[in-house]
Amino acid sequence: MPAVEAVDLRRSFRTHSGAIRRTRKDVEAVKGVTFSIEPGELFGLLGPNGAGKTTTIKMLITLLLPTSGTARVLGHDVVDDVREVRRRIGYVFGGDRGLYERLSALDNLRYFSELYGVAPREQKQRIGELLELVGLTGREKERVEGYSRGMRQRLHIARGLLHDPDVIFLDEPSIGIDPVGARELRATIGALTAQGKTVLLTTHYMFEADELCDRIAVIRSGEIVAEGTPQQLKQGVAGGRVLEVETYGVSDDAVTAIGGLAGVRSVGVEERGQLQVLLVQCDAAAEITQSVLARLGDVRVGRVATREPTLEDAYVELVSGS
Amino acid sequence: MTRFLRQQAICYWLQLKILTTSAFEGALAVFFPLMFATATLLVYRVRGDADALQYAGLGVAIMGMWTAQGVVAASLLSRERWAGTLELVVAAPTSFSRILVPICLAMSTIGIYCVVATMIWERLVFGIRLEIASWPLFLLSVLLTGVTLALVGFFIAVTAVRYRTAWSLGAALEYPGWLLCGFVIPLSALPAWSHPISWAIPTTWGMDAIRSAASGGSPWGDLAICLAVGAAYAVLASWLGRVLVDSARRHASLALT
Ligand SMILES: Nc1ncnc2c1ncn2[C@@H]1O[C@H](COP(=O)(O)OP(=O)(O)O)[C@@H](O)[C@H]1O
Ligand SMILES: [Mg+2]
Repeated sequence: MPAVEAVDLRRSFRTHSGAIRRTRKDVEAVKGVTFSIEPGELFGLLGPNGAGKTTTIKMLITLLLPTSGTARVLGHDVVDDVREVRRRIGYVFGGDRGLYERLSALDNLRYFSELYGVAPREQKQRIGELLELVGLTGREKERVEGYSRGMRQRLHIARGLLHDPDVIFLDEPSIGIDPVGARELRATIGALTAQGKTVLLTTHYMFEADELCDRIAVIRSGEIVAEGTPQQLKQGVAGGRVLEVETYGVSDDAVTAIGGLAGVRSVGVEERGQLQVLLVQCDAAAEITQSVLARLGDVRVGRVATREPTLEDAYVELVSGS
Repeated sequence: MTRFLRQQAICYWLQLKILTTSAFEGALAVFFPLMFATATLLVYRVRGDADALQYAGLGVAIMGMWTAQGVVAASLLSRERWAGTLELVVAAPTSFSRILVPICLAMSTIGIYCVVATMIWERLVFGIRLEIASWPLFLLSVLLTGVTLALVGFFIAVTAVRYRTAWSLGAALEYPGWLLCGFVIPLSALPAWSHPISWAIPTTWGMDAIRSAASGGSPWGDLAICLAVGAAYAVLASWLGRVLVDSARRHASLALT
């Protein structure tokens, strides 16, 4: 039995605008999403802002009713077996909301322990363990008001784990956290699967998905456009090599010309200050460096390098719909 | 059962902690009630009638409770929505009612604090010494009035889960409540058509009980009705809570966005 199973999930929102002549508009946020997550798997839902990641998660955690389609968590239907689902899942979202500012970390955890039905005699030990896990031991008596973003996020994770859920939903947990904090957070998330938890992580950072996830589904405009291991996505989409050329003042004509070369799949230009970096995705076998440099003509060229395609290359190609 | 009581007690205690951490807000909570009490007492003092002043003195004390609690209860869920905790609370396996009741009881504690603060204010500023025939019955009546008002707050709070603007309901109820509950104007002075509305508010009965306890009468009859009406609100609210949470899940009105 899969830990999480979504079959043709759909959700639309009705939005109103205008005060006097109210116009209604239906927005289809999720358009038939199907996937399944095996127990113990760390599954990533990767997509740009507004792709429908949060909406999908909220249907799975019973906060939103699907417009159509079905979903099950550990075999329990998210519409009919609400209590059973809620008992077994943890939910953590990114950002610094979702905590009682005026209470200490300890009191926040005590409050949610009561709401999540953690047995009284286990609470103390459980909270202690979780504070240790997220590295907040020693700061637990301070009010959350004074916490940094990273600390809040880690407290959030501790909160989501209080009742020892089997499936954990993490919605962009690293949003707004500095790089060091984000790395610590990734270590914490990685440790969850080591404990046998099933994790559904949404993110719009490909490196995060690449580093953490066993399997990824890329979602764009409410539809899943690709699914597989990070390795498969890299191969399946890019499947070749990326040639990076630093240039100073490359012309559009040159870019078009390079795009027409045999063996070239796509060409992108990334502005980096005064530099324009050409990103040429090509077949692994194609020997195109010389031809590309020839097409650039008189344009001054800096560093030239070829590399393996990263998940980011694959992702950019997927979500830009090429 | 002990587990349930423990849960309610801890939630009550932590919510009270949230409500009382700020000394500034503590002062603000009684500021408006005290101003309204002052205005009312000034008006009554002009008449120079000791009985009337006693009547008003008791009324304004409970009026403070109404103001402190009713309005806050309506904005309660808006606050949770803003803090982002509403979704977490709804997603918890504990029923919504069980979560709201301790919050409302914590608020009624603030309401009772308002009653005490107003009585001290009356004593110090106006030199009104309230004549209380039976302190035990008086305190019991105040306590039960506070608790039943919490249940009305629970009812108001529940509607806010579905309707983002429901907090304004509390503000809208504040002033009519002053009239309808007979705090400073006897019900008999109001038109007959409004009496059923007054009777449907437990605070009206609580106020009667408090006056009886103060004047040496028996508050029990009024208290019984007060509790019964309060319980009706609680039952209605917990039913409505289930319906409205489902509706909020359908209409996506739990989150701020
Ligand atoms: N409560 C809502 N009311 C109306 N539209 C919404 C609501 N929630 C989300 N949407 C819309 O649904 C789409 C998907 O949003 P969301 O699931 O939050 O995306 P993501 O989490 O991937 O950034 C967006 O276009 C968003 O504007
Ligand atoms: Mg989102």
